[in-house]
Amino acid sequence: MTHTLSEAESKSLLAPFGVPFLDERLVDTADAAADAAAAIGGPVVAKLCGEAIAHKTERGLVRLSLQGAAEARRAAEELLAAARPEDGPVQVLVAPMVRATRELIVGLSVDPQFGPTVVLGVGGILAEAVADVVVRLVPVTEVDAEEMIDELRTQALLGPFRGEPAVDRRALVAVLLALSDAAERVPGLVSADLNPLMVVDGEPVAVDALVELADAPGAA
Amino acid sequence: MPRPEHFQALFDPRGVVVAGASSHPGKFGFVALHNILANGYEGEVFATNREGVDVLGRPTLASIDEVPDGAADLVFVCTPAGANPELLRQAAAKGVKAAFIASAGYGEAGEEGRRLQAELVALADELDLLVVGPNGQGLISTPSSLCAQIVAPYPPRGRIGVASQSGNFVSSFMNLSRHSGVGVSRAVSVGNAAQVGVIDALEYFADDPETTVGLIYVEGLPDGRRFFERLREVTARLPVVVLKGGATSSGARAAASHTGSLATDDKVFDGMCRQAGAVRAATVAEAFDAAAALATQPAPPGPRVAVVTTVGGWGVLTADAIAGSSLELLALPDDLRDSLDRLLPPRWSRNNPIDLAGGETKDTIPAVLEAVVGHEQVDAVILLGVGIQANQGRMEREGPFYPDHGLERIVGYHDRQDRRYVTVAAELSERYAKPVLVATELAVGDPDNAAVAGVRDAGRYCFASADRAVVALDHAWRHERWRQRRGLGSRRPIAP
Repeated sequence: MTHTLSEAESKSLLAPFGVPFLDERLVDTADAAADAAAAIGGPVVAKLCGEAIAHKTERGLVRLSLQGAAEARRAAEELLAAARPEDGPVQVLVAPMVRATRELIVGLSVDPQFGPTVVLGVGGILAEAVADVVVRLVPVTEVDAEEMIDELRTQALLGPFRGEPAVDRRALVAVLLALSDAAERVPGLVSADLNPLMVVDGEPVAVDALVELADAPGAA
Repeated sequence: MPRPEHFQALFDPRGVVVAGASSHPGKFGFVALHNILANGYEGEVFATNREGVDVLGRPTLASIDEVPDGAADLVFVCTPAGANPELLRQAAAKGVKAAFIASAGYGEAGEEGRRLQAELVALADELDLLVVGPNGQGLISTPSSLCAQIVAPYPPRGRIGVASQSGNFVSSFMNLSRHSGVGVSRAVSVGNAAQVGVIDALEYFADDPETTVGLIYVEGLPDGRRFFERLREVTARLPVVVLKGGATSSGARAAASHTGSLATDDKVFDGMCRQAGAVRAATVAEAFDAAAALATQPAPPGPRVAVVTTVGGWGVLTADAIAGSSLELLALPDDLRDSLDRLLPPRWSRNNPIDLAGGETKDTIPAVLEAVVGHEQVDAVILLGVGIQANQGRMEREGPFYPDHGLERIVGYHDRQDRRYVTVAAELSERYAKPVLVATELAVGDPDNAAVAGVRDAGRYCFASADRAVVALDHAWRHERWRQRRGLGSRRPIAP
């Protein structure tokens, strides 16, 4: 059996391998959310976060474009109130609101025949229909990672796009290598999803993360 | 596990025993013996038959016990599964090192068959015997003129090593080999792959001086991870073309019912091939095209392609195909344009595709080819529009006016010219160590056309269309780029 980690736990597990995340704060109360919004500055996002919460958007547990401390406080109050008993312990994640026209998906999954694999795909709401996905087996080398990026069919998305600079390929290579590295070093790592990996001013940044671990032997 | 000397006994045996030879022409035991005897194998051939009847006018032995010690190191087994353990023990005692098991009734045939197959492998390991199959169609090895298989055809000698989980795909590739003249070194159908599979054969090919390209068909892989690691080791030494069945979910279901093996998600398989440096082909024709290009053309040093065409139309479509590949249509360098200006009338395209616009006199095409192939910025050339004059010549030769009215002389001239163009193309390709691919649908439409026959006689492969030549060249370049990026040096040179 497996279990999923909360968004915050997923991010703290992957960050040391070099996955780029936003400057985010995890808080327990609405007041702390207001303080976090003030410290981050600019518009923020608030999300309800807990181990058992996987589909935040579907449940309306993501609040976007919050302007200033007051709006952040109110959003955090509503999110905490929306928690259900089965969600278990919950917190509120406050993060800078970023805008990006380009979204990628990067993930890690264990193929029944070939073992751990790193996946790179074009993200966004059309991701499944477009199905522009490239896979490599772990361990992924730097050259392998560069070739993955080259093999995406939608190359136009990686160049300069709608006034934004080209995707920083070295930074994207680093994300792919980070997941490969994590697959080799984290015992029981079954899957990881960085969805979306947004391209902000050309730089990839993981806005969400979901890690699935195998239960320890003997665990219920 | 089997060692190289076992595969050597399989592909270059001193002598062969056909166990279960039959006097009935409809039986595998008849066909196997017939095919070995009919294709020039020079080693000694023995046949066993329980009743001791003559087969194909030759006496048979009642048992393998009667074969002289050490006279044969390969046994081709057509006997029922139940008889095989005893037979293999006798064969091993006679010095046999390899057995090809054509017999069915093993892993493909339910619980009891799977048990027999497991016993077969255990016995082979105990006897230090290579067992290929069971339920396979056989093998061929052109350096030994050995056609030990229960199907046709027997291909010409060449450099492509074929290994397949399906015997019918071996036949497919060999049909294309026979038609095109681009030959095969070894081919083996691994059947149920009880003891050895496609990857074991490939590993032998990787160190086989007779083989310069591997061509495989696979459906399921019991240990995908290990297959990947071994494939990557092989491709560092030998380019490998992979055709896989079960790429889609409905194909995957057909594969499961065929070999009882699990199919895998196609994107993962595709990524695995690319990571391992293998060429993944989507169809039989694409797979053979790629293998033929790798076997007969030097490795492209880079992606820049020049397209040379005697007349318009074809070049445009070829440029489109190149745009959709990893190749680049070379922007014509000024010095090359100047050289061509001196060789051609002003109506030529003055760009790439280099369209001669019918502006050739007797020596124009060889001179243009020399200038283009020899230019330092050109990494590969695709030559189109050959064979046109010889095609018209055929109509004239077969028409009611031949040989009068000057037809005999002009037809002969066109045949010689078309043959000369493709011969020069092959010579320049060799001299400058760059691919020069010739494409014309006459490869299919009229294999006797002087241009097509000339390509074949030069040891090259005539592509059936320009877009197919582009796809094959794209595969060759991707493989070379895979090598370059990993500091592996160029692939092994093509051999005559």
